[in-house]
Amino acid sequence: MENLKILKERKDQIYQKGSESFEMSCEKNSLAGSISQRACVFCGSRVVLYPIADALHLIHGPIGCAAYTWDIRGALSSGPQLHRFSFSTDLSESDIIFGGEKKLYAALDELIDIHKPKAAFVYATCIIGIIGDDIDAVCRKVSQEKGIPVIAVHSEGFKGTKKDGYAAACNALALLVGQGEISKIGPLSLNIMGEFNIAGEAWSIKEYYQKMGLEVVSIFTGDGRIHDIKKSHGASLNVVQCSGSMLTLANHMEEKYGIPYIRVSYFGIEDMSKALYDVADFFNEDPSVMNRAKEIVKQEINAIYPQLKKYKKALEGRRAAIYVGGAFKAFSMIKALRSIGMSVVLAGSQTGKQEDYECLRDMCDDGTIIVDDANPLELSKYCLEKKVDLFVGGVKERPMAYKLGIGFCDHNHERKISLAGYDGMLNFAREVYSSVKSPVWDLMP
Amino acid sequence: MLLRHTPLKIQDRKALSVNPAKTCQPIGAMYAALGIHGCLPHSHGSQGCCAYHRSTLTRHYKEPIMSGTSSFTEGASVFGGQANLLQAINNIFTIYEPDLIAVHTTCLSETIGDDVLQITRKARDDGKIPEGKHVIHASTPSYVGSHVTGFANMTKAMVNYFAESTGKKKNQINLIPGYVEPPDMEEIRRLAELMNLSTVMFPDTSGVLNGPQTGRYRMFPPGGVTIPELISTGDSMGTIAMGEYASGDAARVLDTKCKVPCKILDLPIGLQATDRYIDALRKQAGTEVPAQINFERGQLLDIITDMQAWFYGKKVALAGDPDQMIALSEFLVAIDMWPVYVVTGTPGKIFEKRINEITKNSPYPVKVKAGGDLFLLHQWIKNESVDLLIANTYGKYMARDSDIPFIRYGFPILDRIGHSYFPSVGYRGGMRLLEKILDAILDRKDRDSPEESFELVM
Ligand code: SF4
Ligand code: SF4
Repeated sequence: MENLKILKERKDQIYQKGSESFEMSCEKNSLAGSISQRACVFCGSRVVLYPIADALHLIHGPIGCAAYTWDIRGALSSGPQLHRFSFSTDLSESDIIFGGEKKLYAALDELIDIHKPKAAFVYATCIIGIIGDDIDAVCRKVSQEKGIPVIAVHSEGFKGTKKDGYAAACNALALLVGQGEISKIGPLSLNIMGEFNIAGEAWSIKEYYQKMGLEVVSIFTGDGRIHDIKKSHGASLNVVQCSGSMLTLANHMEEKYGIPYIRVSYFGIEDMSKALYDVADFFNEDPSVMNRAKEIVKQEINAIYPQLKKYKKALEGRRAAIYVGGAFKAFSMIKALRSIGMSVVLAGSQTGKQEDYECLRDMCDDGTIIVDDANPLELSKYCLEKKVDLFVGGVKERPMAYKLGIGFCDHNHERKISLAGYDGMLNFAREVYSSVKSPVWDLMP
Repeated sequence: MLLRHTPLKIQDRKALSVNPAKTCQPIGAMYAALGIHGCLPHSHGSQGCCAYHRSTLTRHYKEPIMSGTSSFTEGASVFGGQANLLQAINNIFTIYEPDLIAVHTTCLSETIGDDVLQITRKARDDGKIPEGKHVIHASTPSYVGSHVTGFANMTKAMVNYFAESTGKKKNQINLIPGYVEPPDMEEIRRLAELMNLSTVMFPDTSGVLNGPQTGRYRMFPPGGVTIPELISTGDSMGTIAMGEYASGDAARVLDTKCKVPCKILDLPIGLQATDRYIDALRKQAGTEVPAQINFERGQLLDIITDMQAWFYGKKVALAGDPDQMIALSEFLVAIDMWPVYVVTGTPGKIFEKRINEITKNSPYPVKVKAGGDLFLLHQWIKNESVDLLIANTYGKYMARDSDIPFIRYGFPILDRIGHSYFPSVGYRGGMRLLEKILDAILDRKDRDSPEESFELVM
């Protein structure tokens, strides 16, 4: 494995900082046959919409697509838990031949009667794109009959990558926005976007904003409710969290309702504080907002700093590899890892854009490997070459890292601890510390 | 409470599945393919399916799971996936260097009608398959059957592609273990070896998906049945296949193709089913059952004797794969427990018939459903509760909602580790199952007993 062959066609998707030309050949389809870590359009839509807890999420297709996405992500709800059910039209052979529209209609009819959701999302999986069911028509019909929004999400897996799925989800949400009553919403108000309340993260972010004296109209989509989404156009600002999953909606709301947006990250002390300041800055007509933001930042940092320092001392000089979905997340990660004394020697993403990679290159130290849509062999090769101590990745990377004797931290939707905000940073440092310094590595053969 | 959304009233549902008790064919095919040494499974379809299958297997086994994908895009889904698969085969042999690629289809490639066999032939003709390397395939449309069907189809493909009869019999038998866990496969082989039989077992995921930590990452771990072994199955004296749903087809095809007589048994779960397995082995070996095996049997029987009072009359709800549910139900009846609700997600007529036979003397009405889901099972439980629930990890929602003792068993298990290392087949596996059942029941009794009847000795 040490003398791994890299496919010719892949050479332009791997770059070592310091080597001459830089043109990441990204945003292209994976090579057939490479073991890509990428997922599909449906996956992207499902991630974004799934946290809306009082909606019905019906997956139109054969059983697998529904079975694999059944409650595997920890998007918490403070109320209804309907989103954690798995509903599927479970198409069989005759449906493939004769079409699945009747079945879809019957399923919606039954489910809405039983569960009385506030809205329903119907996800089209690959096969729907092939057999050509007119799911829009079915959704329209059911919507009229039941008097709730029934929305088709065009998420056929083969029609792109996860990013296209985000866009499909945003288009679905856009149909809800603007339907609610906004007369009671004040000017000091915002929507939190791209925050899915994994391990309760959205709750802590919301609390910061509320402490600053701001009204959080709606969270897209963590602990989400249809009612809140409908009136989200009453907010003065959209605050979009890094990953970019919500950009389509933010752009739409800017165009249609004139709501500006800013992009932030809640990961790491530096970016978290910047987020609060940027938001306060937007509301600068009321100086008390900024004052409160400063107060929060001071308090929170003071609260975690002593412990963070301890971790930093222990982790100083250790090396990390990061492999994330969208590249934007990598930026915060690099800063956060630096703040606990670690350097990033390998950075990659499944679906980054050219400008993301340029930005990554500018941030990284010389010698850092930057990869787009990497396969496990490449990842493991560079981990060994670069003597990595910690891998930050998702579910598929964890066992590989462990097999190589490398510590691991899950940054993805499956993690159980909150990584957002100041407490989140402390959690992150603790998790990194516990894995990198685990006594198990001394027992390795 | 999470499942408070489950209503009591049971309606006939035709149009949908809620909280499935099955998943789709390709993941079973992928699992089976991993039981061949040096094999890279390949998903002929779009990326998402493959990512999901890999992630699910990764969560279940806590091991890296590798599989290629044809990465269908819009073009491929209009013009067919031939170009993608040809390129994939070429790329895979160039970078990952497996001994063979086991291609399975997905809903997408099935629906657009790709002819994988023809494509692999073309790959061979075009010289894309290096000398001594292989590409096999199984057709696994997910709108038919379940993950068990996919497993069965890939196992059958192993016979179709490899088994050869040279006319000269070899002194060995074939074992087809069914869709069971790696340690189960290990145990099935151990018992055969104790009988002094040489065996070829396929597929064999032991050592592949439960390997040791070595500090090295090996894409192709040491375990798995080898290709020469698979070829030799056509010369074996006989085949013992376990589980009609997962292994029946492969055994029959081998019989037809190479005249290797087969015996299709239930999975050797519990006392009687293991007895039948041992008996089949004994006949093949033509010897006495060795003392070691009798000893293990005696131990299992001893536990059943000692703890009978705790088993007596307990009502059990079960969900899982059909072969497992059939054998497990028989075991439960044997220890005086009563399966009252039995659900499998996999469709198929024989299932309900078998369960009804096994439970025909039950003092309670028995509800059984093939092609059912966990939502239905939960509704049954809510209407009348049970003393124990046995299901995969998703059962924990029901167990919590209805506050019933719960044993994790089946696929997937996403929150415990035992299934990777300890068998549930054979007499020893039976002992492990009993330990689990007793732990669950007695822990509950300890928890619920009022102080005055909280007992030390049980
Ligand atoms: S059901 Fe079909 S489309 Fe869905 S994951 Fe399984 S193979 Fe893919
Ligand atoms: S069938 Fe399509 S939508 Fe479903 S998992 Fe596969 S790629 Fe995704």
